[in-house]
Amino acid sequence: MLKVALKHVFPSLSIDIQFEVEKNCITALFGKSGSGKTSILNIISGLVKPDYGYIEIDNNVTLDAKNNIFIPPHKRNIGYIFQDSRLFPHLNVLSNLKYGMNSINTKHPIIQLDKVINTLELGNLLNRKPSKLSGGEKQRVAIARSLLTCPRILLMDEPLASIDSQMRAEILPFIEGLQNEFKITVLYVSHSIEEVIRLADKMILISEGKKEAQGSVEQIMSRLDLYPLTGRFDAGAVISAKVEGFDKQFELLSLSFEGGTLLVNASNLPIGKHVRTHIRARDVSLSLKSPSKNSILNIFKGNIIEINSNSGPQVEIKVDIGVPIIARITRKSFEEMHLSIGTTVYAMIKAVAINRRNIGV
Amino acid sequence: MLSLTNLEIEAIELSIKVAFYSVLFTLPLGLLTAWILARKKFYGYTLFNGIVHLPLVLPPVVVGFFLLTLLGRNGPIGNILKNTFDITLVFSWQGAAIASAVMSFPLMVRAIKISIEGIDLKLEYAARTLGASSIKIFYSITLPLIFPGIISGVLLSFARSLGEFGATITFVSNIPGETNTLPLSIYSFIQTPEGEANALRLVILSIIIAMAALITSEYLTSKAKKSLEG
Repeated sequence: MLKVALKHVFPSLSIDIQFEVEKNCITALFGKSGSGKTSILNIISGLVKPDYGYIEIDNNVTLDAKNNIFIPPHKRNIGYIFQDSRLFPHLNVLSNLKYGMNSINTKHPIIQLDKVINTLELGNLLNRKPSKLSGGEKQRVAIARSLLTCPRILLMDEPLASIDSQMRAEILPFIEGLQNEFKITVLYVSHSIEEVIRLADKMILISEGKKEAQGSVEQIMSRLDLYPLTGRFDAGAVISAKVEGFDKQFELLSLSFEGGTLLVNASNLPIGKHVRTHIRARDVSLSLKSPSKNSILNIFKGNIIEINSNSGPQVEIKVDIGVPIIARITRKSFEEMHLSIGTTVYAMIKAVAINRRNIGV
Repeated sequence: MLSLTNLEIEAIELSIKVAFYSVLFTLPLGLLTAWILARKKFYGYTLFNGIVHLPLVLPPVVVGFFLLTLLGRNGPIGNILKNTFDITLVFSWQGAAIASAVMSFPLMVRAIKISIEGIDLKLEYAARTLGASSIKIFYSITLPLIFPGIISGVLLSFARSLGEFGATITFVSNIPGETNTLPLSIYSFIQTPEGEANALRLVILSIIIAMAALITSEYLTSKAKKSLEG
């Protein structure tokens, strides 16, 4: 468990924040660029000393400004993955990997070199110099290098930001797998909601150096009031579900959740696996009558529980279909349908609108 | 032309010895100074930077004069050296090495400083988060990355030492067998009637030594760069 309380004034930003990060899960620190995310990681790692602060990791105090405690970064045992991988250019991959291994604190479970090399598929790269690696490979080496120090927490600062989208798709599964393979606590900084939904269990929403909300990804994403911060375009509910089956003939994956079964256009995943899926508000439409004979595969009946109509030509409507989901419709439809809180509606979700990219495992 | 006279061998040996010790002396000090100038900002930085670079812009004779005043037998430091350690620098090859060292110091510092400034500090931050102490970072990251800079610093100051004339002749004079390095020997020959032929032989020798040093350094630098880039 990581406990953080910070106050620091930068020339262009003042940070004043308190939060806790649970053990053995991925917590996303989400906010727009310039909201102070990277600065917070720099302070947690010890690379920046804040004006005021208290940081505790697994009951070890690493920073306590009041009592003048400041553990220097190299003694904190915190892993840090930077946006640019920062591999040492004069060392080959294997030497980069081994760089931090000497400083391992034996009290913590040892992460084995062989296992890291296998998991991150680095076997063929060991003798190469960083200049001969692709962006995605560099980042995998950087992750492995940090893991090998057996960190108490792994800080990741937009590790996918400087990688092109194809490489990103290649490296995401590795980050998803870290949790299963190494049981490590991760604080993941990102400004991409898609990445957060895919990777994180919990999220902390920050804006201008302050915490706006904290909770599970599902909770935060179902809050209409937070849309200005989570981003209107990709806004939409996130629901937890379990893989039920895969229809080979139509290549449809069925996910069971509290509101029923959701069919999505994604490749096979192991049955029984817990997943999170993002249903964008713009992909959900509403009907007052039970729709028949149409192309929509996913239709759920529910009652309207919240309406956000103060943003121009669009209206966001939260419908309880067992779990809250969110629909965005035009103001014209909203008024013609006479929708209000309590109205029973049918929410329709196109199966093709949800693919593997919207599913976090 | 092929067989060298004793005098010529003596001059070459002396020149290389003086240049070698001069580099040996300036390297650690130059590394430290370069690191301070590249990384630290402090009160009096400009003044310190100015003093380090002074030998580059002052007439060598002025430097020689200062050395004579400070390290000469009656100078404040020279006096202590003479009385406590029985060391006399004037009229000795050690004095010539010191004169060369002072003159070539700014070249060493500049070459290394540029390469330290070229290192991305972010790499050192990354090393910190991997548990490396400042000392480990210095020898495992900083030093290997500035190695090409160190080589070029060593070459520049070696070459500068080989060619040092003004400060040397002012400080330690031109003593046969003790301080008559290549440039000083060339000067002596030119001063003697009919000495031009001998001077020319030494000039050619100087060119050969300088070229050899240059080629060696180019080779080492490109090898070091290659090992950095893989």
